[in-house]
Amino acid sequence: MTDFTTWDIVRNLLLAARWTVVLSLIAFIGGAAVGLVLTLLRMGGLRPVRWLVRGYVDLFQGTPLLMQLFLAYFGAAVLGFDVSAWTAASVALTLFTSAFLCDIWRGCVEAVPSGQWQAARVLGLNYLQSMRHVILPQALRLAVPPTVGFSVQVIKGTALASVIGFVELTKAGTMLNNATFEPFTIFTFVALGYFILCYPLSRYARYLERRLYGAGIR
Amino acid sequence: MALVSVKDLHKSFGELEVLKGIDLEVEAGEVVAIIGRSGSGKSTFLRCLNQLEHHDWGTIQLADQRLDGTSMTPGELSQNVGMVFQSFNLFPHKSVIDNVMLAPVVVKQTPKSEARRIAEEVLAKVGMSDKIDSYPAQLSGGQQQRVAIARALAMNPKVLLCDEATSALDPELVGEVLRVLEDLAKEGMTLILVTHEMKFARDVSHRVVFMHQGRIHESGPPETLFTRPQTPELAQFIASVV
Repeated sequence: MTDFTTWDIVRNLLLAARWTVVLSLIAFIGGAAVGLVLTLLRMGGLRPVRWLVRGYVDLFQGTPLLMQLFLAYFGAAVLGFDVSAWTAASVALTLFTSAFLCDIWRGCVEAVPSGQWQAARVLGLNYLQSMRHVILPQALRLAVPPTVGFSVQVIKGTALASVIGFVELTKAGTMLNNATFEPFTIFTFVALGYFILCYPLSRYARYLERRLYGAGIR
Repeated sequence: MALVSVKDLHKSFGELEVLKGIDLEVEAGEVVAIIGRSGSGKSTFLRCLNQLEHHDWGTIQLADQRLDGTSMTPGELSQNVGMVFQSFNLFPHKSVIDNVMLAPVVVKQTPKSEARRIAEEVLAKVGMSDKIDSYPAQLSGGQQQRVAIARALAMNPKVLLCDEATSALDPELVGEVLRVLEDLAKEGMTLILVTHEMKFARDVSHRVVFMHQGRIHESGPPETLFTRPQTPELAQFIASVV
C-alpha cells in the first residue's frame, strides 16, 4: 500500500476543490438567472403564475437539498434519463439556489416603499418602466448583501453532491480517508478548504451590509 | 365646460364607505382647497382623481375624457394630472435633474436634451437651479418637496393635485413650498390641494371645500366659508384649527 504524505492529501484535496468552485459557480449563476425570472413572474405575473412560483419556492425551501439531489439523480434514472452526477448536481443546486434567491429578492423588491410605486405611477410609468427605472435599482442595492451571504450556503450545499458520486472537496476527502484511515487530518483539511472559500464571502457580505445601512440609502 | 367634473363619486374600502357621493366641478385656472378632519375622505378623493384608487360608483370627467380605470393609460393620465405627495416620494437613487427628467424621457419619449431644458426650466421655477446634481438625501424637506413639484410640472399637466404637501415639513420650511404653490396659482395653474394650512387656503384659493364624513359638507369662497360657516360641523372644525 502506498503511503500518502500530507502534501499528497492537500494536493488531492486542492484538485478536487476546483470542482467545488465550479459547481458553486454553476449553481449560483444558473440559480441567479432562474431566480430573477421567477422574481419578476412572482411580482408581476398573473395570479396563477404567482401561485405556481410560490409553490415552487415553498417546495424547494421545504425539502432537504439532499433529497433534491437524490431525486435529480436517481429519479431521473427511474424515468429513463441517463444523467451524470454532474448534470444532476448542477440541476438540483441551480433549482435550490433559484428558490432561495427568488425569495430573498422578492423581499428586497417589497422593501422599496410603496410611495415609490405611486410616484412612478402618477408620473405615467407603466409596470415595467417603474420596475426598471425606479424599483429595481433600489431593490438591487438592498439585495447585494443577502445575496452574497447566501452564496456561502450554496458553496456549503455542494458538499452534498458527494453522495451521488460527484467528486468535489468532500467526496475527495472521503476517498482519501478510505485509503489512508486518517479521518481527523483529512476532514480538518476539508473543513479548512470550505472555510477558505466561504469566510471571505461572509466578510464581504458583512462589509456591504455595513456600508449600505450605515451610510443610509442615498 | 369644467376642466374637472366629478359626479356622485363613491368609494369603499371593504365595509368602510369613505366617499359617499362627491360632486365637484373645477374650472381651468381655479385653485380649490379641500379641508376637513383626518378620515373625512379628502386624500381618498384626491387619489381617485388620478386613479391611484379606482372609484366604485359615479363619474370623473377630465377635460372631456371620462376616467374609469381603463380609458387612459398612466402615461396619458400623467400628462393631465400631476401629483405632489405629503412624503415627497423622490427617487433616492437619482439626482434632482434625473428625478425631473425621468418621466418626460421614459413616458413622453422626449429627447434627452429637450427633457433637460424642460427640467432646468421647471427647477428654476421652484428655485432649485443650484441643486440639480444633488441627491434627494442631501436636501431639506422643503427643497425635496419643491423638486417633487418640479417633477410633476415637467409633464406639463393640466391640473396639479397636492396631498398635504407641507404636512411632513418642519414649520420653518413650510413657507418656501407654499410660496411656490402660490406662484403657480398666480400663473393660472389649476390646483386642487388637500391642506391643513388654513391661512394658505384662505389667502390663495378661490374656493374652499369642507369635507365631512365622506361628503362635501360645505363649499364656497374662502372669506365666506371661514367667517360665516353655515353648519356647526364647519364652525367647530374652524374653531379647532385656527
